[in-house]
Amino acid sequence: MYNAKYIIPGLVIFAGIVTLPFWINLCSPAYVYPDVAKPQGQVTLQGGSEPVTVNAGDACVEPGAWMRANHMSLLLDWRDAALREEKRVYVASDGREWNTSLQNTCMACHGNKADFCDKCHDQNSVNPYCWDCHVVPQGNNHEFK
Amino acid sequence: MTIALGASLIILLIGWAGAALGLQYLLGVVLPLAAAVVFVVGFIWRVVYWAKSPVPFAIPTVGGQQKSLDWIKPSRLDAPWTNTAVIGRMALEILTFRSLFRNTNAERGTINGVPRITYYSSKWIWVFALLFHYSMLVILLRHARLFLEPVPLWVGVVEFVDGVMQIGAPRFYMTDALILLALLFLFARRLNSEKLRAISLPADWFALFLLIGIAGSGICMRYMDKVDIAQAKVFIMGLATLRPVSPEGLGHIFFVHLTFVSALLIYFPFSKLMHMGGVFLSPTRTMRINTRQERHINPWNPPKKYHTYAEYEDDFRDAMAEAGLPLEKQPEPKADA
Amino acid sequence: MAKMPTPDELLAATPAFPARNWMDTKPDFRAGTFCYPAKPETMAGMGFANAHAWAPDEEDWHLPENWEQILYDGLKKRLEKHRSLKIFLDVCVRCGACADKCHFFLGTNDPKNMPVLRAELLRSVYRQDFTLAGRLLGKYAGGRKLDKAVVKEWFSYFYQCSECRRCSLYCPYGIDTAEITVIVREMLLELGLGTNWIMDPVSNCNRTGNHLGIQPHAMKEIVEFLCDDIETITGIRIDPPFNEKGHEILFITPSGDYFADPGIYTFMGYLMLFHELGLDYTLSTYASEGGNFGSFVSFDIAKKLNAKMYAEAERLGSKWILGGECGHMWRVVNQYMATYNGPTPPKMEQPVSPVTGTVFTNAAATKMVHIAEFTADLIHHNKLNLKPERNNHIIATWHDSCNPARAMGLLEEPRAVLRAVCNNFVEMPVHTIREETFCCGSGSGLNTEEIMDLRMRGGLPRANALRYVHDKHGVNWMGCVCALDRAALPPLVNYWVPGVTVSGLHELVANALVMKGEIPRTMDMRQEDLPFPDEDPADAEASADTVEEDA
Repeated sequence: MYNAKYIIPGLVIFAGIVTLPFWINLCSPAYVYPDVAKPQGQVTLQGGSEPVTVNAGDACVEPGAWMRANHMSLLLDWRDAALREEKRVYVASDGREWNTSLQNTCMACHGNKADFCDKCHDQNSVNPYCWDCHVVPQGNNHEFK
Repeated sequence: MTIALGASLIILLIGWAGAALGLQYLLGVVLPLAAAVVFVVGFIWRVVYWAKSPVPFAIPTVGGQQKSLDWIKPSRLDAPWTNTAVIGRMALEILTFRSLFRNTNAERGTINGVPRITYYSSKWIWVFALLFHYSMLVILLRHARLFLEPVPLWVGVVEFVDGVMQIGAPRFYMTDALILLALLFLFARRLNSEKLRAISLPADWFALFLLIGIAGSGICMRYMDKVDIAQAKVFIMGLATLRPVSPEGLGHIFFVHLTFVSALLIYFPFSKLMHMGGVFLSPTRTMRINTRQERHINPWNPPKKYHTYAEYEDDFRDAMAEAGLPLEKQPEPKADA
Repeated sequence: MAKMPTPDELLAATPAFPARNWMDTKPDFRAGTFCYPAKPETMAGMGFANAHAWAPDEEDWHLPENWEQILYDGLKKRLEKHRSLKIFLDVCVRCGACADKCHFFLGTNDPKNMPVLRAELLRSVYRQDFTLAGRLLGKYAGGRKLDKAVVKEWFSYFYQCSECRRCSLYCPYGIDTAEITVIVREMLLELGLGTNWIMDPVSNCNRTGNHLGIQPHAMKEIVEFLCDDIETITGIRIDPPFNEKGHEILFITPSGDYFADPGIYTFMGYLMLFHELGLDYTLSTYASEGGNFGSFVSFDIAKKLNAKMYAEAERLGSKWILGGECGHMWRVVNQYMATYNGPTPPKMEQPVSPVTGTVFTNAAATKMVHIAEFTADLIHHNKLNLKPERNNHIIATWHDSCNPARAMGLLEEPRAVLRAVCNNFVEMPVHTIREETFCCGSGSGLNTEEIMDLRMRGGLPRANALRYVHDKHGVNWMGCVCALDRAALPPLVNYWVPGVTVSGLHELVANALVMKGEIPRTMDMRQEDLPFPDEDPADAEASADTVEEDA
């Protein structure tokens, strides 16, 4: 091999950079799904003759798996529907009608940004700009100082 | 091109059908880890294969004024004569594609009725090549969020800049559009120009389709057929910590993307994509332009064998003597003289 | 030689870009498209095992029986010897940036003259036999089986490359087709396939010291004739030393300079300059060739021919070598000589101009200076008495020869000289000069009569740029520092841009140089009347009288 004094360090740098994720994680503890806070509280469904109250944990607006992948799209759709089109009712795929409101629907159960939203967002480097406008929910039992 | 398209579609099919048939573990764990090994080992193997041959001659391509007389301004970066200057030339080559920046387009036409060839600077290939490579780099850097925990600050900075237009959720990244745009340009360019069509091999189309497949499936997964990113990270961290976890529940699109990436990694060391390593070793760019000042050594320099002066004088001694040319050995006096 | 079509006919006969796949087209060997083969005895004389009689336009080239093995082994051996070859074969992405940079492609519109495809002619075979992808996938990986048609194709297209390296400048990976061309030509020589126009000069140079086969006494005679001409023009008799020991400088220039018009005028210029400076130099009949036709076809032959320079400097005890105006000579001297035949003989020293004291540090290892550097330094230090007005009838442009430009970076030195000796200097358009310069179309051993059609096509881009300044600025003179240019450009210019004269740099220097004790000049170096002759001192006195009388 010729010019080894340049080529070998070059290859070491190359291999080092490419395999960096493995080296860095060499001693990492097993990575687990973010420990997201369980929903708490009750939500009142929209529509029908009688308002129906749903307990947290019974069901989200849409199925949980779908929500985990697509909640950001739903939130945007709700924003557009509520603010731009004044449509305040969301008909879910199972036919239930929900109040299109971050404050009154979503945050009724998921009342704590730090324990719910941030858990996943921080670990996956997601920085939504929801809270540029909305008041940060700090939990049902939080005392405002 | 059809061959390359077919091959790329087969990869897509493998990804999709494999996921549908429950081969997630094979496609998600075995294939990517094997691909990573093939990529790293193959890349090193290829560079070592190159390095086993010496650079016998100093053959830099000189792109500007040499360093000669002290009142003539030499071109430091295009005719570098020190190692530092060579590093500068190489940095410009690798980071800004300087040689491609020189590109001109020759066009036949007529000027005042006289057939003429005109040349003008043509930077499209440079612009889109640069766009593609830098988009690729930014996208790769962004992917670090899936491999590292906690996610380092710089990843957030890259994401912030890339998504600075704040369109939609998930945030729209400019590089996602630019990489596709650049790839489509490179594709269209190959398709449109008769010259490019003539020189393109299946391998050239295949590399483009692979990259379009990777970018396309990635974009699709982010903006359309979404997967739970948190779960994707759990899975990927399993690979990165070499403690694979069950890929249960990740959408098919994830495996299509992963299969494309694995195919690229495996293909890389055996293909023209090795220009990534080769550009660092190209003798016409990496050598100093001081070839009269410093002797370059050829390790296999054969022994000197040439027609010596003594042999030459033997051939022509009499004629040289007659012409009055100086001689090492005087001719034998002629017998009859 | 076939009768040449007119320029318009030639352009009209340029074929359209073919739609067929290049792998399916076979080379065509009509008369006029190929160089004549080397004579078997010439090849055998240079030690080639498979020297044989053959003709490109015949079906059977009488290749040695084991021709496949020879090529396979030859390629394998060369891959092991040249990293450049491995990298250039492996990393091309076929981006096509080189395609329209080649003068032969621009002139012929033949896809295989695009540098990328020229290299692909070899690359396809390499892939098939030396890469995993090629072995597994064959033609789907761009591989191609080596057959006799491929050999013919190689002979055709690697003798349609002038090794000018323009493509390597634009290639994002610096892929240098010249490297590939030399290597393929080397392999073809092992099959006994060479061209007469290259191998004859090589053989001559080996034996007589120069390409043209001029024997020592004849060289002396020729130079004496040229000295007669110098005496006619300047009234000064020069008697240059030959093969003399103990002179500081050994001067070596291509043999074309003392043999053929218009090189001879440049050669006379050198002698006049040296005489005027009182330079301590000698010529050599043994190292009487600066050029190196071996370098076009083989590294080993190039080394063999080049070895004489240092051998002669050592024998004669010269401290350093001054080299004349030549192109490929300087590719060899600047990039290969020290490697081939260095280190220099112990008595040689770092070149110092005896006139100005300038130390040529850039030639510290080879101890060989280009005469344009030497003269530019003289002019910068005001050591020459010049009358550029003598060249006032000339509107000059400068042709950067490929090798001094892209293998050396000799761009400003000749321009500095040209500006000092000629008052009218116009550059050709950008993208056609300096490091982007176009070849004369006849480099690397292609300046032979039998391929005139190809040469005119290959030279088209150069002529095209010249035509532009000729029409726009009235350029009537093109200077260059290359002996092949001086041989190849006059017919080219005559064909495409009649009315432009081609000359070396030192012809113009010689015109302008005022020598001590010379007679008033009425003729230029070509013994044509100077439109602005020197005033005869007698006339000058007379006219001064007239002026006085008038006053």
